[in-house]
Amino acid sequence: MKIFNFHLMPYAHADLDAIKRLGTSWMTYPNSYYDPKKGADLYHEYLDQLEFADELGFDGVAVNEHHQTAYGLMPTPGVLAGALARRIKNGKLAILGRALPLVNNPLVIAEEFAILDNLTRGNFIAGFVRGIGVEYHTMGMNPAESQARFNEAHDLIIQAWTRPGPFAFEGKYYKFKYVNPWPRPYQDPHPPIFTPSSGSLSTIRWSAQRRYTYCQTLAPIAAVAQTFKLYREEAEKAGYQATPDQLAWSNAIYVAESDEKALRDVRPHLEAYANEFLTRNPVMMAPPGYTSVESIKRMRAIKGFMGQRSTAEDMIARGIVIVGSPNTVREKLAAYQDMAGFGISLTKTQFGTMPHKMVQENQIAIAREVLPYFKDRLPQPVKAAAE
Amino acid sequence: MTQPVVTHLDLCGTRVKLMRAGQGAPLLFLRGADASDDWRPFLDDLAGRFDVIVPEHPGFGGEVRPDWLDRIADYANYYLDVIDALGLDHVHLAGHGMGGWIAAELASRSTRKLASLTLVDAQGIYVDGVDTIDTFLRTEEDGVRDLFHDEKLGAAELERRLTPETEDVRLNNQVVIAQTTWQPRGYDPHLRKWLHRIDIPTLIVWGENDRLLPQAYAHDWGRLIPGARVEIVANCGHVPQIEKPAEFVRLVEAFAKAQRVAA
Repeated sequence: MKIFNFHLMPYAHADLDAIKRLGTSWMTYPNSYYDPKKGADLYHEYLDQLEFADELGFDGVAVNEHHQTAYGLMPTPGVLAGALARRIKNGKLAILGRALPLVNNPLVIAEEFAILDNLTRGNFIAGFVRGIGVEYHTMGMNPAESQARFNEAHDLIIQAWTRPGPFAFEGKYYKFKYVNPWPRPYQDPHPPIFTPSSGSLSTIRWSAQRRYTYCQTLAPIAAVAQTFKLYREEAEKAGYQATPDQLAWSNAIYVAESDEKALRDVRPHLEAYANEFLTRNPVMMAPPGYTSVESIKRMRAIKGFMGQRSTAEDMIARGIVIVGSPNTVREKLAAYQDMAGFGISLTKTQFGTMPHKMVQENQIAIAREVLPYFKDRLPQPVKAAAE
Repeated sequence: MTQPVVTHLDLCGTRVKLMRAGQGAPLLFLRGADASDDWRPFLDDLAGRFDVIVPEHPGFGGEVRPDWLDRIADYANYYLDVIDALGLDHVHLAGHGMGGWIAAELASRSTRKLASLTLVDAQGIYVDGVDTIDTFLRTEEDGVRDLFHDEKLGAAELERRLTPETEDVRLNNQVVIAQTTWQPRGYDPHLRKWLHRIDIPTLIVWGENDRLLPQAYAHDWGRLIPGARVEIVANCGHVPQIEKPAEFVRLVEAFAKAQRVAA
């Protein structure tokens, strides 16, 4: 298993009471709550954490993109990846991912990713996403065009990386007389492509057909296993057998001396993450056309669920996160790998309000107590198989 | 109540459903984004004096979204074709909300077949400094309540509109509404440049208490379309034809009559 250190770079000093009062940490949570002095310190701490992860032997580091939220301070992840590109010496550097439909000119993403691939001498991983629903509000893009723009932007970027330029591109949404980006990607034909998603069947199918690595965003392990099973089935339909390195699970891990101490340490930060940083108005999250009518109906049916606060115990029990002693964490991660069949773990070591020192201790504990045991580990067949 | 005749017209690869009732000069009524499929009393009243034609906008009502539909202007061109295909002339064109936007786009292109234009709490332009409701951030329930000034009427409409049987249609309608009105939100910056081309008698009808598009919008429409007359309906929200049907019908009829007298 490859274990990446994944960062959301939350604004850890967010006013949690204000978020509770406003019912959102996204879009309408006023940016007057952002203090640039504290924010600047956070950026440096977070970048230090990712550089530290590389020194500690994580297989890679990853950042992502969100807009207008305390949940994550990386609206242009290329800037953060650029800051990391000359410091990450051992592992991969990944942006998981860049939201293709949110820009008017996807060639800027082809260019940005190609630069990063050159800077890292071919250690860059390119993530493509649609962005979450609320981002169609904040970026002023049409949610009803989200899927079609994503598909077309993807085609344009791949062509920009693989077809000798200059050539003309005439799509429905993007039209360019000249496509001839400099630099070209370092990797041939282009960086590996990861496609993070919350589990929509259309994305799973699309990703499997192209042999892209599918990343499942935060979800209970049973749902993750189900999603990865769908990917393997779609791969079979496409005429090949998916390998574990095509499946990545996005999680959070915290290790301490004992299960009790780990739970005690992690509770306020994990609960702030799940209940405040993730808080958003459901209407904001599901603009028409972004989500299928069927999914909206499913979401409406479980709307009571959205209102419930998550506890740390609940998130641990459902296998959304792994928290505990070294032994507990190793056992669970192995069991989850066997159950879901993934070959990559995208692991947050910081979440919510967790402070710098605690994150570093967690990173050291994971590097010492977890990474060595999973170095070449593949999913093992389980007796009472989840499938 | 009159039972409208339902017909279908095949045009540009799209089948459009038309409800039609009454006799007299043709009145093409373009519904707004809150379009429900039923034939409301105000249409009955109008049918007493006009040949009322109400189309279901292509892509609405559970129909497949046409390939040609990207923006409101596409609807305008489509309805110009519909007018021709039906062989209509001297048409009184009226539109509410999103339908008003379509009507204004249509009339800015050509008034050749039109006798008059009536815009009712119409979308389509932007007025700086006026607070509007972002309908895309409202729950479906709030979205219905927002339409009406009278809360009791809002509650009654909530009950009749948000039924489980119509949920799929409503959700699919929302996708078409987002497709055509999301960005910029509810207007086309290019429309205002050409409204001076509208050279037919124009009536702007507006609910005094419209929270979606406050009255300031009515007056801006009135300034932008040469000679347009603005009528504000008192104690009324975004949908005068449902909240104040008698007054709405009176205004439309009086306006048409004045045109005949003038002619």
